[in-house]
Amino acid sequence: MHMNKAVEPGADVPRLSSVKPADVPVICIEPSTGWVPLNLKDLWDYRELLYFFIWRDIKVRYKQTVLGAAWAIVQPFFTMVVFSIFFGRLAKVPSDGIPYPLFSYAALVPWTFFANGLNHGSNSLVSGANLLKKIYFPRPAMPIATVLSGVVDFLLAFVVLMGMMLYYGYVPTMNVLWLPFFLLLALTTSLGVSLWLSATNVLFRDVGYLIPFLAQLWLFATPIAYPSSLLPEPWRTLYGINPMVGVVEGFRWALLGVNTAPGPIIIVSSLTSFLLMVTGAFYFRRMERTFADVV
Amino acid sequence: MSKIRIRAEKLAKKYYIGRKREKYSTLRDTIAEAFAAPFRRAGKLLRGEAAGAAELDETIWALKDVSFEIKEGEVVGIIGRNGAGKSTLLKLLSRITEPSSGYAEIRGRVGSLLEVGTGFHHELTGRENIYLNGAILGMKRIEINRKFDEIVAFSEVEKFVDTPVKHYSSGMYLRLAFAVAAHLEPEILLVDEVLAVGDARFQKKCLNKMEDVGKEGRTVLFVSHNMPAITRLCERTILLDEGGVLKDGPSYAVVSTYMNSGHGTMAVREWTDLTNSPSHEIARLCAVRVRSDDGRISDALDIRQPVGLEIEYEVLKSGYTLLPNFHFVNEDGIEVFVIVDLDPEWRKRKRPAGRYVSKAWLPGNLLAEGTLFVRANLCTLDPQIILFDVPEAVAFHVIDSLKGDSVRGDFVGHYPGVIRPIARWETQYTPNSELICT
Repeated sequence: MHMNKAVEPGADVPRLSSVKPADVPVICIEPSTGWVPLNLKDLWDYRELLYFFIWRDIKVRYKQTVLGAAWAIVQPFFTMVVFSIFFGRLAKVPSDGIPYPLFSYAALVPWTFFANGLNHGSNSLVSGANLLKKIYFPRPAMPIATVLSGVVDFLLAFVVLMGMMLYYGYVPTMNVLWLPFFLLLALTTSLGVSLWLSATNVLFRDVGYLIPFLAQLWLFATPIAYPSSLLPEPWRTLYGINPMVGVVEGFRWALLGVNTAPGPIIIVSSLTSFLLMVTGAFYFRRMERTFADVV
Repeated sequence: MSKIRIRAEKLAKKYYIGRKREKYSTLRDTIAEAFAAPFRRAGKLLRGEAAGAAELDETIWALKDVSFEIKEGEVVGIIGRNGAGKSTLLKLLSRITEPSSGYAEIRGRVGSLLEVGTGFHHELTGRENIYLNGAILGMKRIEINRKFDEIVAFSEVEKFVDTPVKHYSSGMYLRLAFAVAAHLEPEILLVDEVLAVGDARFQKKCLNKMEDVGKEGRTVLFVSHNMPAITRLCERTILLDEGGVLKDGPSYAVVSTYMNSGHGTMAVREWTDLTNSPSHEIARLCAVRVRSDDGRISDALDIRQPVGLEIEYEVLKSGYTLLPNFHFVNEDGIEVFVIVDLDPEWRKRKRPAGRYVSKAWLPGNLLAEGTLFVRANLCTLDPQIILFDVPEAVAFHVIDSLKGDSVRGDFVGHYPGVIRPIARWETQYTPNSELICT
């Protein structure tokens, strides 16, 4: 063993991990620089904590509120009502032959999931600052848990969507099997943006002010109140660069049989969404080493 | 030879502190600065030269070149003054933050306990918080299931386990939090001063629990200011000073070095090497001491007894009227009060060079229970100069032995307030019968 060897400054010291069999985990603590690989195994090892974070978020979300979980429905539903009055009734925005309330609500359900995930996810590290400073866990667990916990709200709002489809006499086709994929697309987009913004938020609280503004711009850049069929073809596919275009049109396609979505738009949207998440993950990993010091 | 569990090699950690102050003379400069600052700030942050959105230029080494090895089953104490780097060391070892240089290797699962009740959520019940906090501390769900009853029994909150913790008293809250932490079973446990919770009886229980942990053959690193606890729990102790290892060896030897250096008891701080004592060309600080009523140096003082504060300094340049003063800051960071030397003999007199000892006596039944940190300051008013200013020069504990003659009377629960003066109470009594007559 090398233990008592005198160590000269800068000398290459043999590491324990190279000497011992790997029966117990070996944690190596050293400064890192630049871009570092993602540590997905670590995240997997802490999956129970991830589960508890999600569980906590769901449990406390509507504590001490009067409406409770009804908020999950109120938000998209009343937005739909407002849109139906102003865009559907007054501005006579076309809706691909679908009753306007159903048309906009089918988009608002995934949109609300995305926007809430973006909002809470981006603030997750700052609001969990105390945990960051006192406990080690894979840092991405926080935004991931926050975004995932929104799935419960999504399901509640989705039940109302089913009710509306029944009311308007719409029966989904086999396309509905694709729905989980579009939900996943909304999830990766929301997570990708959250990774970028939550890590930046730790350094620059400006992000807190940026988020509502960003969410609003993004809402109008996504075909929620209007159909993407307003755009002629080459542009419509390009429009898919906004991943939420793919999500929203995907939902309408899968549930209501609107034929504007599939194909190219979905592919473009999936690519940008994936890109957003991967770059977000690497950026987050690069920034996370200073979180506990600066948050 | 037993296995090595923790090995630290030249660990160092740099922090950015303090902020540069610039004065803007004109409105134009101020406006120009307001526009330029965000860009400069962003640039600095991205280059990693500053921390947070504030502009921080000065750096300190919270830890520099710390090396040691800890074997399996060793219980090692870490002691040192405030700011010596103890907590930073634990933060590095528990991977909360990265070192600036050097490296460490840890073999085995690490449980770290830098604070009790981390991640407790006020809206959740005791039961739910046990699961949540357990998971945060690294326990598996099956493990928590298995130990659940034990944790509840240890915390003594059985009746309230399904009540949201926001309705708990602070004592119950801490007991529950410690109970979860005490049932962690990693191979390596890093503990930071968490025994300082609850009442004396519960503290004793925690200490016993810690002792059991050590006997089970687990490796423990234990940061504390509580010297009796250190000598009782740890065979070996590392003394940190200004970020470096000052001494590493058997606890009794290290603890006695520490006590004799005047640092062990927080009640005295002496600058034997006068070349690096806090100073100014007019005067320099030699020592600050806390004395109990009987004149002994003590950092544990009876709430009912007077407290003596003493400052020893050397005047190097004659001809100034000097104002020694003490600021008292409590554990919550509240500046409780300030006392300034009003000694009639020297108050308006220009002092000749020489050594001075100024002593202030605070009356008994004034300070609240808890720890008070004393800031020692010497200044002159004409011209206004601060000669030296030492935050947390000394500290002491105010203790209420609950004899019934302190402000508490016979009340033993949580007693709020930053001071505890005794008031003269009078009661006027009118019997009911007289009230009817008038």
